Amino acid sequence: MLNEIQKHILEVVAGMKDGKAEGAVNIRTDGKKAFRSNSEHITIESKTDKDGIDIRVEPFTVGEQVHIPVVLTEAGFHDKVYNDFFIGEGADVKIVAGCGIHNCSSCDSEHDGIHTFYVGKNAHVVYTETHYGEGEGGGKRILNPETIFYLEEGAKVTLETTQIKGVDDTKRYTKAVVGKNAEIVVTEKLLTHGSQYAESEMDILLNGENSRTRVISRSVAQDTSEQVFYPRVQGNAPCFGHVSCDSIIMGTAKVRSIPEIACNHVDAGLIHEAAIGKIAGDQLLKLMTLGLTAEEAEEKILEGFLR
Amino acid sequence: MLEIQNLTVTVHDEAGTANILRNVNLTVEDKKFIVITGPNGGGKTTLARAIMGLVPVTSGSIRWNGAELADKSVTERARLGVSYGFQQPPRFKGMKVKDLLNIAAGSKLSHDKACTLLTQVGLCARDYLDRDVDVSLSGGEVKRIEIATILARNCPLMIFDEPEAGIDLWSFARLTETFSEIHKKKDATILIISHQERILRLADEIVLVADGQVQDRGPVERIYPKILTQTVSGCNLLEVDSKC
Repeated sequence: MLNEIQKHILEVVAGMKDGKAEGAVNIRTDGKKAFRSNSEHITIESKTDKDGIDIRVEPFTVGEQVHIPVVLTEAGFHDKVYNDFFIGEGADVKIVAGCGIHNCSSCDSEHDGIHTFYVGKNAHVVYTETHYGEGEGGGKRILNPETIFYLEEGAKVTLETTQIKGVDDTKRYTKAVVGKNAEIVVTEKLLTHGSQYAESEMDILLNGENSRTRVISRSVAQDTSEQVFYPRVQGNAPCFGHVSCDSIIMGTAKVRSIPEIACNHVDAGLIHEAAIGKIAGDQLLKLMTLGLTAEEAEEKILEGFLR
Repeated sequence: MLEIQNLTVTVHDEAGTANILRNVNLTVEDKKFIVITGPNGGGKTTLARAIMGLVPVTSGSIRWNGAELADKSVTERARLGVSYGFQQPPRFKGMKVKDLLNIAAGSKLSHDKACTLLTQVGLCARDYLDRDVDVSLSGGEVKRIEIATILARNCPLMIFDEPEAGIDLWSFARLTETFSEIHKKKDATILIISHQERILRLADEIVLVADGQVQDRGPVERIYPKILTQTVSGCNLLEVDSKC
């Protein structure tokens, strides 16, 4: 039975109303399986050698969903889990993951989710991952996700990661090995406040002919928080990659963006754009001329920026 | 009614002090269509921005329907019914055209209403409502969306700062129709800063602003020929071998 706090977190991180979702579902609470169900062509099984699950999507499965949220409410709990996804050829699925920590204690709570995707030939995956923290305790809420993708020929992955509130410390690592005619589109949205720290490291290896990537990173650093980005893209074949990192800084926050694009093939085309700055004064003024207060204008600008 | 009395705007920078507006007096009756014109750098945009509260006023008074605006914030002025279309509107990453129109309207617009607003500025709603107001839009497109936000606000005082700038001829024709329709319906008092004859000819009156002051005011039939006779194209001194 899920309690109200757990249900609330499931709704925030995985859009699950009353803890329920369509398709294959695995809910993990405080390191234990709380609920599991399979769908017609998707099975979820516990690993036997370590903590975690294997999610298998049969070839040519279309329109089925997977929800695998994690909730931590036990004070001072440290959770590490290995989830592997095997996406069959030609499948087209949506996978929703997310982790929420409710920590009211003075001890740190931590979840490290290591997700590895093996995306078959011509398969399409939309993978969304939301991180969220809440609770009034002095203990930190720590999330360190690691997400690895292997894309076979013609595969396409759309990865959307969001960390909007309450996570005190995060070190995120994303890696993609992209095969022939395959594509990965990464959208990362991050907001830090208070004295939070966030670090996002990314390696995208465009190994196959005509492989492509687009990385869009939007972040807002408020108060005294700090963020560091290391987006790295390697072009090892005729390929195309575009990385765009935009950050808004507020208060006395600090943001560092250390991009790297490396072309190891004459027909590799890689572009990187990065911008860090405060909210433009004319944007605020424009919205104020429409009747918003300065605070309301700021909120609208950030809402759009992190949409 | 808009009443501006002895309005002075002075700016100080490293180069010294400049009086951008010097004791400007201007009264505009309700529902009038006024075009403010004059040479570049004469103070037109500063006057418009001073009414909206976007530049600090050094001295003088701006009253709108009896309420003194000079000591009010931009937001307060907006809520009193003053609207201003920027000459160079800002862009917003991630904000969609429909979001901006909803903010301007103060509530969520129906699809039909949002379409009507975009049509009024010569844009096809189907192509634009879900687009971001960012660098993917051309200068002319952003400008027309800016004008649509002012139409969405539907304020009793509408100020447009060079609405024709960057807009193609076809869209410009549509825009002049829109201004004309608003005026015919007597929906609002309209102040437009413009150099375009077609807009000047729509006006009840032309106000000529130059050198930080209102130099003249009157019907287009009298003011427009006067402007033409005073026009000097470029520098009227011939320079040869670095000597004039």
